Amino acid sequence: MSVPYVFNVQRFSINDGPGLRTTVFFKGCPLSCPWCHNPESISFEPEVMVSADGGAEVVGRQYPVAELVELCAKDQIFYDQSGGGVTLSGGEVMVQDFGYVTELVESLRAKGITVGIDTCGLAPSERFTALANRAAFFLYDLKFIDSEKHRQYCGAPNDLILKNLKLLADAGANLYLRLILLEGLNTDSQTIESTLNWLVEHEIRPTEVNLLPYHRFGQDKAVKLGRPWREFVTPSDETVNRYKERLESVFTQVTIGG
Amino acid sequence: MSETKRGFTARTQRLREQSETTRPSISLERALIETEVYQQWEGKVPTPVLRGLFFKDLMRRRTLYLGDDELIVGEKGVAPQSAPTFPELCCHTLEDLDNMDARERVSFAVTDADRHLQAEVIIPFWAERATMTKMYAQLPEAWHLLFNAGLFTEFMAQRGPGHTVADGKIYRKGYLDFIADIEAELAKIDYGQDMRASDRKAELEGMKLVCEGMVILGERYAALAREKALECGDPVRQAELEELAAVCDVVPAHAPRTFRQAVQMYWLTHIGVTSEMNNWDAYSPGKLDQHLEPFYNAEIAAGTLSREQAREYLECLWIKFNNQPAPPKVGITLKESATYTDFCNINTGSLRPDGTSGVSDVSYLILEVMDELKLLQPSSNVQISRKSPEHFLREAVKISRKGWGQPAFYNSEAVVAELLNMGKTMDDARESGIASGCVETGTAGKEAYVLTGYFNVPKVLELVLNRGFDHYTRKQVAPDLGDPRSFGSYEQLYAAYTEMLRYVADVKVAGNNLIEKLFMDTMPVPLLSVITDDCIKKGLDYNCGGARYNTSYIQCVGIATVTDSLAVIKAHIYGDAQLSWDELLTALDADFEGHDATFDLVFNQTPKYGNDDDYADSILRDVVESLQQAIAGRPTPKGAKTIVEFLPTTCHVYFGQVMQASANGRHAGIPLPDGISPEKGADRHGPTAVIKSAAKIDQLKTGGALLNQKFTPSVIAGEKGLTAVMTLIRSYFAMDGHHIQFNVVDRATLLDAQAHPEQYSDLIVRVAGYSDYFNNLDKALQDEIIARTEQQI
Repeated sequence: MSVPYVFNVQRFSINDGPGLRTTVFFKGCPLSCPWCHNPESISFEPEVMVSADGGAEVVGRQYPVAELVELCAKDQIFYDQSGGGVTLSGGEVMVQDFGYVTELVESLRAKGITVGIDTCGLAPSERFTALANRAAFFLYDLKFIDSEKHRQYCGAPNDLILKNLKLLADAGANLYLRLILLEGLNTDSQTIESTLNWLVEHEIRPTEVNLLPYHRFGQDKAVKLGRPWREFVTPSDETVNRYKERLESVFTQVTIGG
Repeated sequence: MSETKRGFTARTQRLREQSETTRPSISLERALIETEVYQQWEGKVPTPVLRGLFFKDLMRRRTLYLGDDELIVGEKGVAPQSAPTFPELCCHTLEDLDNMDARERVSFAVTDADRHLQAEVIIPFWAERATMTKMYAQLPEAWHLLFNAGLFTEFMAQRGPGHTVADGKIYRKGYLDFIADIEAELAKIDYGQDMRASDRKAELEGMKLVCEGMVILGERYAALAREKALECGDPVRQAELEELAAVCDVVPAHAPRTFRQAVQMYWLTHIGVTSEMNNWDAYSPGKLDQHLEPFYNAEIAAGTLSREQAREYLECLWIKFNNQPAPPKVGITLKESATYTDFCNINTGSLRPDGTSGVSDVSYLILEVMDELKLLQPSSNVQISRKSPEHFLREAVKISRKGWGQPAFYNSEAVVAELLNMGKTMDDARESGIASGCVETGTAGKEAYVLTGYFNVPKVLELVLNRGFDHYTRKQVAPDLGDPRSFGSYEQLYAAYTEMLRYVADVKVAGNNLIEKLFMDTMPVPLLSVITDDCIKKGLDYNCGGARYNTSYIQCVGIATVTDSLAVIKAHIYGDAQLSWDELLTALDADFEGHDATFDLVFNQTPKYGNDDDYADSILRDVVESLQQAIAGRPTPKGAKTIVEFLPTTCHVYFGQVMQASANGRHAGIPLPDGISPEKGADRHGPTAVIKSAAKIDQLKTGGALLNQKFTPSVIAGEKGLTAVMTLIRSYFAMDGHHIQFNVVDRATLLDAQAHPEQYSDLIVRVAGYSDYFNNLDKALQDEIIARTEQQI
C-alpha cells in the first residue's frame, strides 16, 4: 500500500457537507483546473510553498490510517451534535491508493463516524461502485457538460466523470452535485439547458445542487508555489440567480455556495 | 447616528437616547445623609440598627426622579447616570475626584460644590472610618507586598460583598409582609436562654427599618406621581401618571399583582439594595422570565395586558439598568474592573424548579428587547440545557452573532452540578441556580457568594523563576525557593511552583478572612438580608453568614499562560534539552530581545493549551488541580467555603502589565488571556480544538469558567454558520463547559475603530463576562481584544 500525502486536515469545516466536519485534503488530482482554489492539491508529491517574506513551508505529509482516524475522531462529539462527520477531499481522494482509502473509510465507520467523499469523478468506476453505499454522501463536481471544453480547461474529457455520476445515481448514492460557475464559459443559457437536459435524461436526482461561483482564493497559494495564475471571471449575482432559478424548476434543493 | 433611535416605541427611543447621551456624574446626596445619620446615632445603637436608620432616612429624604416619559421609576442617584458615593467603604480623596472627572475612560462629572462638600464634610468624617482605610491599616506587610506586586486584587477594597441575585420571593411578598415575618421572629426571641438574643434583636430591628424605608419609597413615588398628574396638561400622560401612582400604592409595600407592578417591584428593590451599600456593584433579577411569567400569562389571558405593552415595560426596565453606572472606582480596583458596567445579569431560559425547561414567551420577549435596545446593561445571558428548545438557542445565537457579545451562553446542567458539588440541595440548585453578574454560579436569593479578588497564576511561576523577587515593585515579595538552575527535574520545578502557590494563597486567604471579619463587625446589609434566605429566620446578617449558603470565590486568571510556560520548561529544558535555564532566564529578562531562536522555539514549537493536545492539556489539568488544592475548601470566619473560579473582568490586562515576559513567549506587559481562553496566538487548530481543550478542565468542580471565542463575521455567516455556532455550544455543554461567549467583529473593523473612535460610538464588544463600548476601553484592552485569536478557516 502506498500511503498518500495529505496537505491539510481541517477541523471545523462547515462547507464540505452537512454539520460540522473535519475535512482531509489529499494531495494529487487527475485534473488540473487552472482556477483550483487549492493549487497545492494537484501534484501527488510534497511541495514547498514560499511566502512573500521568504518563509518556506513544506506541504504534504503522510499519515498511517490509525493516526488519521485518531485525528478525525477528536471532533466526534461535534459530528454527533450536528450530523457531521469526516469529508475526504483533495486533490482527489478516489485516485489515491484504494486500499488505504477503503481502510480509512471503514475504520471511521467502525467508530460511528460517517464519511463523505468530495470528488471530481475522474477515477476507476469500480471504486465508485465499491463506495457508493459506504460513503454517507458524495460531493460531486461538474465543471463542463461539454467534454471537449472539459478537456480544454481541466486536462481530461468528462466521459468517465459523467459515467460515474450516472453509476452513483443508479446505485442510490446520496449526491450533492456541485456546479462550478465561470462567467462566459459555462453560465450561458445554452450550457445551462444542456447540463439540465443531461441530468434529467440520466435521471440524476441529487439531494442538493450547490452552485459554486468561481473565486480567486487559490491565487495566493499559486504564487507561493511559483505557479502561473490565470484569471477567470466571477459570475455576477444576476447570472448565478438566473442559473439557480432555472435549476429550481427541476430540483428542490438548490443553494449558492457549499 | 441612527443607533440612538433604537427602541420599539417612541417613548423607549427617547428614554434610551437620554440614557445613552447623559454623561455620568457623581452624587453626594447619599453620602451626606449617611454622614448626618452616623453623626446622630453612631455608638448609640447597634450597627445593624444604625444601618437601618440610615437607609430609612435615605428613603425619606432622597431626591426622587420621575422623568417625562417614564412608566417604571427609580434611580440610584438623583437622575439617570447619577452615581452615589459610598464613603463608608471608600472615602475618595480630592485627587480621586479630580481624576474621576478628568480621566479619559470611565469618567464621572464632579462639580465644584461636590469637591467642596467632599473636603468639608465627607473626608473629615469618613477618612478614618472607611473600611478601606481600616483594612489597609490592619493587613500585614506580606499582603501589601504581594498586592502591590499584582499577585492578587481585593474586591472589598472599595466595595462591599454582594454582586448577588434575586429569587422569586419579592414577587410573592411585599415589604409589609417581610415586616410581619421579622416581627414574628422578634416575638420569638428568648431573652433568657438565647445567648444571641441581643444581636438577633439588633439584626431584626435593622431589617425592619429598611423594610419601612422601602415602603416609604413607594409611598413617596405614589404621591409624586399624583402631584405630577395634577399639574400635567396632557390627558394621556396624566392617565399614565395616575396609573403609576396606583402601581406604587401596591409595590413595594405589597406583593405585585400585575406584570407592570412585578417589574416595578423588582426595580425598587434593585434601587434599595444598591443604595444600601455598594455591594460590588450589582444586584440582578436572575430568572426574570420565570418570575414574570405568571403575571404575564394571567394578564394576557384576562386581556388586561398586550404583548406589546409587556415589551415596553421590559424596555423601560432595561433602560433603567443602563441608567446606573457602577459607582466610581479608582486605583487598582479601576484597573481590575475598568467599566461603567454594574454587572447586572439576566438569566433567560433557565431550568424551572421542577427541572423542566423554563423557556416561555417572556423569554422570547426578553431576547427581542435585548436585540432591539442593544444596551451594555443589563448583561443578558441565556441558560441552555439539554431540554432547551432548538428554536430558543437558534434565536439567541442569531443575536449573539451580531457581534456585541450578548447574550452569553451558560450551561444549566453544569450550573446545577456545580451547585450540588458545593453542597446545595437539588431543589435549591434548580430553583435558584444562576450565573450571576459575571460568570460565577450562585443560588439566587439563598446564598452569599462573594468574589474576593483575582489571582495572578502565571506571576506565581514568575516569582519562582526570580527567586521571590518582583521586577515590577523591585522588591523581594515572596520566599526564595532556590535557583531554578539547580532544579534537577521538571517535578522539582513544579514542586517549587506549588509551594509558591501555597504561599501566595495563604497570604490572600488570610487577608480575605481579616476583611470578611471587618464587614461582619461593621458593615451589615439589612435590606439584602431581608430578601436572602434564611437571614430573617436566623436573625443574622447576609455579611455574617445569615444566608443559607455561603461561598467565597477566588478568581484565577492566566492559567493558559502558566500552562504553556510549564510546557516549554518541561518539553525543552527537561525534555529535548533544546533550552537551558540560563538561556531562558536571560531571554525572559531581555523580553526575548536578541533571543529570536529561543522565542521561535517557545512560541512556535511547543505544544500549547487550546489545541486539543494532551501534552499541554495534561499540564493544564495539573495546574487546575494545584489551584484546587491550594485554595478550594478553605473555611472563612462567617462559615463560608472558598471556591476556585476562572473569570477576569478586565484584570487580565492589569495582571499582564505587572509581569515580565513569560516562558511561553508572551511579551512583558502584554495582557494575559481572559478566563480559560488560550494564550493569544497559541491556538492554531480552530474552535473545536479550543473547546476540547477547555473541556478538559474539570469545570464542575469550579464556580464557573469563562471561555471567549472570537470569530470573523464570514466564518459564521448564513444558515451553516448559525448551525456551526449552535453545535459548538451544544458540544461544549455536553462536555460540561460552563460558559461560552462570542465576539464577532473582524480585526479590520476594530483597528479602524481604534483609529477613528468618533465613527464607532455604537461598537460594543464582549470583554469578559460583560460587554462594553469599544471606546470605553483603554488602549491596552482594545489592543488585547484585537489580538485575541480570530477563529477562522
